[in-house]
Amino acid sequence: MRKVAVAGIGFTKVGEPWERNVKELFAEAALGALKDAAHTEVEHLYVANMMGAHLQGQIGMGAMMAEAIGRPGLPAVRIEAGQASGGVAFHEGVKAVASGMSDWVLVGGVEKMSDLLPEAVATALVGAEDQEYTAYTGVTKTGLSAILHRLYSHEYGASPEEIGWFAARSHDNAVGVTHAQYPFKLSIERVMTSPMEADPIRMMECAAVADGAAAVLLGPADKVANGIEVAASTVATDHLSLAARKNPLTLIAVKKAADKAYEIAKTKPKDIDVLEVTDDTTIDGVLSLEDLGFAEKGKGAKMVAQGHTTRTGEIPTNNFGGLKARGNPIGATGLYQIAETVMQLRGEAGANQVPDAKIGMAQSMAGVGSTCSVAILRRV
Amino acid sequence: MSVPRYWREEKPRYRLMGEECAKCGAKYYPKTPVCACGSTEFKPYKLAEMGKLKSWTVIRNAPVGYERFTPYVVALIELDDGVQILSQVVDVEPEAVKVGMKVEYAFRKVTEDGQAGLLQYGYKFRPVVD
Repeated sequence: MRKVAVAGIGFTKVGEPWERNVKELFAEAALGALKDAAHTEVEHLYVANMMGAHLQGQIGMGAMMAEAIGRPGLPAVRIEAGQASGGVAFHEGVKAVASGMSDWVLVGGVEKMSDLLPEAVATALVGAEDQEYTAYTGVTKTGLSAILHRLYSHEYGASPEEIGWFAARSHDNAVGVTHAQYPFKLSIERVMTSPMEADPIRMMECAAVADGAAAVLLGPADKVANGIEVAASTVATDHLSLAARKNPLTLIAVKKAADKAYEIAKTKPKDIDVLEVTDDTTIDGVLSLEDLGFAEKGKGAKMVAQGHTTRTGEIPTNNFGGLKARGNPIGATGLYQIAETVMQLRGEAGANQVPDAKIGMAQSMAGVGSTCSVAILRRV
Repeated sequence: MSVPRYWREEKPRYRLMGEECAKCGAKYYPKTPVCACGSTEFKPYKLAEMGKLKSWTVIRNAPVGYERFTPYVVALIELDDGVQILSQVVDVEPEAVKVGMKVEYAFRKVTEDGQAGLLQYGYKFRPVVD
């Protein structure tokens, strides 16, 4: 297997640009990645998108986006793995280059959620769960996280406020980030006094509706000057339904993907300098930190509340605001995480730079952990 | 919701019918094509109708078709036979729900497909009144 490097990155500002469609968003990110790489050749295109079929009634996004970037005829396919679509598409791109099948692979993700009303978006988001026995109960994605939240507090004695800190920490890092949806601070008081969304999760603990696109150009490491090497890329799955999991507080897919990634990259959690995790809700972020190996089970919320995940803490996490504050345009999110990790490793993160970051990790997760992708990137 | 799609889930939803692996005895709800032990032989299994609540949430912003029921409780329930199930819990105010609360099966209307569409029924759970 060949070594793979990220040659270029591109993304749009996350927000609700009502005047722009999925093609325009995708093209901006994809062309941005090619420009950043100063490279024009593309042999294969992967398009990450979760909910186009629900939100725009649109599938066939492979061909659509090849055309949108001015390259009709390019081999192209859409990758869907729920909310982990972006990370899983990255993994597929890495495989294509590593295998020697293609040299230059463009992986882009896009989601446009602002086209529909909240209840329709909630329906689309719970589309990644079993429709007959999970969605059928009327639960939402946030509701499933809330069930874990309550279980976590009950089991480990964490207070709702300790868990709520995850949102405040993510917002701290979004201040001044030009591509962030909500580039401002959010106090823990405001988090904890916001209305209930799905008890005990409050509205300000949840990522919001967002539109956006992000893309990376991948190539063989020996042909990419000053590239950031993909030290590992892994994907794992778990029982789709929470009810089928013996211990729902351990996200097996996260653990499996992380353990394998550490093994392939010959690294340990303590070697990771910058981290991007899935904080679709606060508890998702807390459980991810634990199952990626950065906190003992049951200690993750305290670790965040005490400040160990800040830019100057032991594991700087969600350094541009994470899903909560940079924003969570679902299919694109995993690729924003990769692009932001690359910015850190290149030393191009500006005011958000973690000094001398050499190794970064990005974790993309579907639902409450049914699919998880983990990438470890390294500056060489 | 198409009629065949609704019809083929009637037994599990109306009567809590799952399946039990003929080789290792593992219980599944809903049924699954392959058991964790590798077996593909199953026999019908009726779930316990009583259980206790492990955790729950209150849905305040619902998906399409559930809006008029808000706020409603959805819980992770461990049935007396050890099987776990996700279900709405009804006949109780959200404020009165507690971890460990005993609940029992109840047959209820779940949602409807618009004004002239299929009325969908199935299981919900409710607190056991001693």
